[in-house]
Amino acid sequence: MPKEGQQDIKPDTLIMVRDLCKSFGSNHVLQGLNLEVNRGEDIVVIGGSGTGKSVLIKCIIGLLKPDRGTIYIDGEEITYYNEAKLNEIRKKFGMLFQFGALFDSMPVWENVGFGLKQHTNLKDDEIRDIVAEKLAMVGLKGVEYLMPSELSGGMKKRVSLARAIAMEPEILLYDEPTTGLDPIMADVINELIIQLREKLRVTSIAITHDMKSAYKIGDRIAMLYKGKIIEVGTPDEIKNSKNEIVQQFIQGKSEGPITRGE
Amino acid sequence: MVKFFDFLGSLVIRFIEESGRIMLLFIKTLMWIFRPPLNLKNIVRQMEEVGVNSIPVVLIMSIFTGMVLALQSYTAFRRFNAEAFIGTVVALSMVRELGPVLSGLMVSGRVGAAMAAELGTMQVTEQIDALYALATNPIKFLIVPRFLAALFVMPVLVILADIIGIIGGYLVSVILLGTNSTIYIKRTWDYMELEDIYTGLLKACIFGIIIATISCYQGFSTRGGAEGVGKATTRAVVLSSLIILISNYFIAALMF
Repeated sequence: MPKEGQQDIKPDTLIMVRDLCKSFGSNHVLQGLNLEVNRGEDIVVIGGSGTGKSVLIKCIIGLLKPDRGTIYIDGEEITYYNEAKLNEIRKKFGMLFQFGALFDSMPVWENVGFGLKQHTNLKDDEIRDIVAEKLAMVGLKGVEYLMPSELSGGMKKRVSLARAIAMEPEILLYDEPTTGLDPIMADVINELIIQLREKLRVTSIAITHDMKSAYKIGDRIAMLYKGKIIEVGTPDEIKNSKNEIVQQFIQGKSEGPITRGE
Repeated sequence: MVKFFDFLGSLVIRFIEESGRIMLLFIKTLMWIFRPPLNLKNIVRQMEEVGVNSIPVVLIMSIFTGMVLALQSYTAFRRFNAEAFIGTVVALSMVRELGPVLSGLMVSGRVGAAMAAELGTMQVTEQIDALYALATNPIKFLIVPRFLAALFVMPVLVILADIIGIIGGYLVSVILLGTNSTIYIKRTWDYMELEDIYTGLLKACIFGIIIATISCYQGFSTRGGAEGVGKATTRAVVLSSLIILISNYFIAALMF
């Protein structure tokens, strides 16, 4: 049965989120959020801490079940899929977690090759070759046999990024890719994200509150505020936005409508 | 008064909710066991962790338990000239009760805590989310190997505990207290039935299931950083120990 709204997905749209609501107890995090992501673009969702940016991407990849609303991936509604069907959808995704979320009982190569080991019949040697190639893409060499605890923060993020791209996903999700890194390492990660988009032609959603990163990696920027996307536009459009909330956030002012609680 | 009932009610509701969730996890785990492929490497690693690494504590626990049993029953039995039955008492108590229960408690303290802490840390550092994101079911990948390892390894540990406990009892009563060695061994064998051994081993399997299910549940439901991991670990040990002791009575009553 075609659901309402499915007809008007444009062929360019890879991900469409409609009227998404999610609450945790009395905390209504997402309140009717709408977002469309086009094939091959990098969209950056900005917003303050605790505004539900992580909740949004966790709903998209099916880690959280929304209370209401629909999510379409490639024209397919995945919102209420069961675990088995979700797992098929998840193979299209790669996700970079905020703190890397590397499996700390496994060395780097097993981390990066995890998806390949689980979902393909490749032999360990073949996996190791692919792992080395993916690690090279994120600028790492000779770390295959280190444990995650032996890596620095920036290296962890890069290994995690290598793990996210190991299965050659169509969609990459970045949860605060530059948070907690020094400015130089943050820029390295930004460059990597841009390179990956060009090399792998992936569509990606990044959530961040690092404006420098948002301007650099975003084809479009969407501002999340009070559970809704209040403005979407190219970095230039966002910079010149007339919306006071957007202006306060991107300029990082302590005075403004956000802090006044409007 | 109303407040008291309010409190009591919420306690009961929480208890039922929690039991329901644990049962659900248990059922899901059972379902995932039968879905191929079985990750043998992981199972063997967990068996080593649960079994091999628990051997020293279980050995020390069982030899001293056997020894103290012999010592105490000697004191009592001497009063009515029944020293000859020390072997029987030590063997039956070890095999039917103390072997499985004490091993269960030791393993829940050692292994249950480790499972809850490891899975809890994975939960708060988003490693479990990462498994989902890599299209891998965490129950299949993390809980099933731990569950199977505990289920198969517990009976082996208990057999070991039984044997060592009986040897401990023998050492104390024959070498230390000078009772007759032949009689000790004969009385140990004569009064032991197969049923005694397999009820003990059945208990061991059930305790293994309890430890793995509760500890993994606590690990998976960890919230809120290092403090949450600490709490989950404590709850895993306390809850699995209590349930081991409670279910122990009911299993014994059913098998009576």
